[in-house]
Amino acid sequence: MSKLHVETSINGEAVEFLCEPQQSLLEVLREELDRTGTKEGCGTGDCGACSVLMDGRLVCSCLVLAAETSGHEITTIEGIAQGDGLHPIQQAYLDNAALQCGICTPGLVVATKALLDKNPNPDEETIRYWIAGNLCRCTGYDKIVRAIQDAAGRLAHPA
Amino acid sequence: MGAYQYVAPTSVDETLAVLKDAAARGERAQLLAGGTDLLVQMRGLDRAARTIVDLKKLAETRQLELGEKETYIGAAICCAELYENEALKARYPGLLEAADLIGSTQVQGRASIGGNLCNASPAGDTIPALIANGAICVVAGPDGQREIPVEKFVVGVQKNALAQGEFLLGLKLKAPGARTSDAYLRFIPRTEMDIAVAGCGVALTLNDEGICTDARVGIGAVAPTALLVPDAAKALIGTSVDDDALAAAGAACTAAASPITDKRGTVEYRRRIVAVLCKRAGAIARNRILGV
Ligand SMILES: Cc1cc2nc3c(=O)[nH]c(=O)nc-3n(C[C@H](O)[C@H](O)[C@H](O)COP(=O)(O)OP(=O)(O)OC[C@H]3O[C@@H](n4cnc5c(N)ncnc54)[C@H](O)[C@@H]3O)c2cc1C
Ligand code: FES
Ligand code: FES
Repeated sequence: MSKLHVETSINGEAVEFLCEPQQSLLEVLREELDRTGTKEGCGTGDCGACSVLMDGRLVCSCLVLAAETSGHEITTIEGIAQGDGLHPIQQAYLDNAALQCGICTPGLVVATKALLDKNPNPDEETIRYWIAGNLCRCTGYDKIVRAIQDAAGRLAHPA
Repeated sequence: MGAYQYVAPTSVDETLAVLKDAAARGERAQLLAGGTDLLVQMRGLDRAARTIVDLKKLAETRQLELGEKETYIGAAICCAELYENEALKARYPGLLEAADLIGSTQVQGRASIGGNLCNASPAGDTIPALIANGAICVVAGPDGQREIPVEKFVVGVQKNALAQGEFLLGLKLKAPGARTSDAYLRFIPRTEMDIAVAGCGVALTLNDEGICTDARVGIGAVAPTALLVPDAAKALIGTSVDDDALAAAGAACTAAASPITDKRGTVEYRRRIVAVLCKRAGAIARNRILGV
């Protein structure tokens, strides 16, 4: 079976890999490229744990073929923080206790980044609709919503 | 058993050649737009190897044109991109509402209207809205292009009218005048991320006196395919789209429905709810035209 050679960009870095035609971006990130921050919950687009940005747009990496990323720009959870510190969104999740087991958190942080890049000051309803595709079994969502509101404030008024 | 392959042709001719070659070898080829149905099916019951033909590198499936007389929507443009286009939303608010209902933010970042239509689910949300807008499917095939009215495109549960070797390029819709608008409503038990129990799209044209001169009504999830309901349109044309006319249009939708009972709703419930959706969608479309 011949593997496909794909050239793409992940977190601003040029990356080349070989993949099977039917492999998802999620599988390649985790199993070939050792970028395990992106999580698998369902593999069928329902849970959002695998959320990444493709050319700045929020997508489920389980529903993208790795081969489709050729020539596109991917941002994963590993690309959110700059340098050694946490990104203000990540810090807001910690400070608001918006995670328990943490499986949903990378996907939610990436989803939050996509939302705040597009809409720096979303109201609660907008936030709840935006993250409807990110399932969390632990927190009950309220703390996540508060973390997103807090993150919006931090990004608008950096300390 | 063969192996999976992935190809991303860059022209219509190249795409047709890939489909023809696969057919000549007796191999299966399947077209890929956003993959939000296809990849789920590949991970589920339909795992057999095939050649996946990505349509997103074709100009014709990516193109969006808001012409004076006509709108062209490329089959593979994702719903999020369509929804961000304010001029398109102003032309067909109902169709764009339907596109905005598909799955989550993540799903809308990939899912296309063309994929929703070709997948031919009875509950596909954009299909009743496309029917209401009288969309025309532009199909590429070995003998050139042909056009199919959208209400004839879906022929059964998960079956569309495309012949082997054909694929959908895009959709043509009439540019609406100042006195034409549309609306789409679906009913689901939750507020997001669910499959329609019933859906209804209504497009109306009113004259300067507020009398309806043209109407189209499409219903979804209440029959094996989404349906055009001519009797509902007849009930609206010639009226001011008042409560009585809307009730008669709703009753026509109930009469046209032949739903099934499943975990989302019973036959009786679906037949009633589709009438309610028709009444409400009709009132929204009317109010959009009247600006109230
Ligand atoms: C979590 C989740 C939630 C969802 N929620 C909804 C919902 O609320 N409402 C709803 O209607 N749907 C929903 N869907 C289903 C799906 O997202 C939609 O049907 C979507 O519009 C499919 O578009 P796509 O571009 O992803 O299609 P693809 O998966 O790429 O294709 C779908 C099918 O159509 C064929 N095809 C695609 N494009 C063409 C073409 N141009 N010519 C010929 N054949 C073609 C493919 O071969 C395939 O068989 C949901 C899916 C997921 C995963
Ligand atoms: S793993 Fe992709 S949405 Fe659940
Ligand atoms: S913190 Fe456990 S799933 Fe969200």
